Amino acid sequence: MTDDDRVFKALADPTRRFLLDRLFARDGRTLTELESELEMTRFGVMKHLRVLEDAGLVVARRQGREKLHFLNPMPIRLIHDRWIDKYTERQVSALANLKSELEETA
Amino acid sequence: MTTTEEATLTTTQLYRLYIKATPEAIWDAITKPEWNERYGYRGRGEYDLRPGGRYLATANEQMQAMGMPEQLVDGEVIEADPPRKLVQTWRALWDPDLMAEGPTRVTWEIEEETAGIVRLTVTHELEGAPKHAAQVASTAPIEQGGGGWLWILSDLKTLVESETI
Repeated sequence: MTDDDRVFKALADPTRRFLLDRLFARDGRTLTELESELEMTRFGVMKHLRVLEDAGLVVARRQGREKLHFLNPMPIRLIHDRWIDKYTERQVSALANLKSELEETA
Repeated sequence: MTTTEEATLTTTQLYRLYIKATPEAIWDAITKPEWNERYGYRGRGEYDLRPGGRYLATANEQMQAMGMPEQLVDGEVIEADPPRKLVQTWRALWDPDLMAEGPTRVTWEIEEETAGIVRLTVTHELEGAPKHAAQVASTAPIEQGGGGWLWILSDLKTLVESETI
């Protein structure tokens, strides 16, 4: 499996995307904090975090007695540079603009 | 702009990427103005690489023509351990609100993963600096002034991998 495959695999799951969204909202969270927002066992959350860490999307760092999880947005950006930039930058940003305009007027 | 508001709650931002290069090449790309003016926003960053030494990034003519002040970012070197670790303070100077927030702290860590592959981790501590946090995390298109660390670091990678330092 290539690094890109790991990223796509990690993103292909709603629970893992939810975890990334939580870390985007506030970074540096403990397993306990993340677990409290999900209807899932601690072990289940750990497994998802492991997949995210293997893909490089989450970096865990020890700080004192706690292990804090940080979102690493870099792999997504690099995939964007390689795949989306090359072919569809203009169309994608046009669509994104349309989406935000529609959402604002809604 | 819910996302921006949410992002400002973040007090530490972390960016990690792998680059095909030597640790020395990455160190030079970060600390030498002849290299750091060639990626990202193309500002010229000068470091006095000893504890207490000054850091100053200046805008090129094109950036100044777009309304940026000559001095873009200032800071102080806290720790310089070439080619492994650089800790510095970092304060944006292009907006009075940003200047008022005072310095934030950036740590650059360069680790050789295997021969020829380096893991670069940039940690930006932004406690009490929500405006800085929004600026450096910006995902707005580069032509609208967005880009932040994601843009700078992906461009650093492209430059270093395409040139031999």
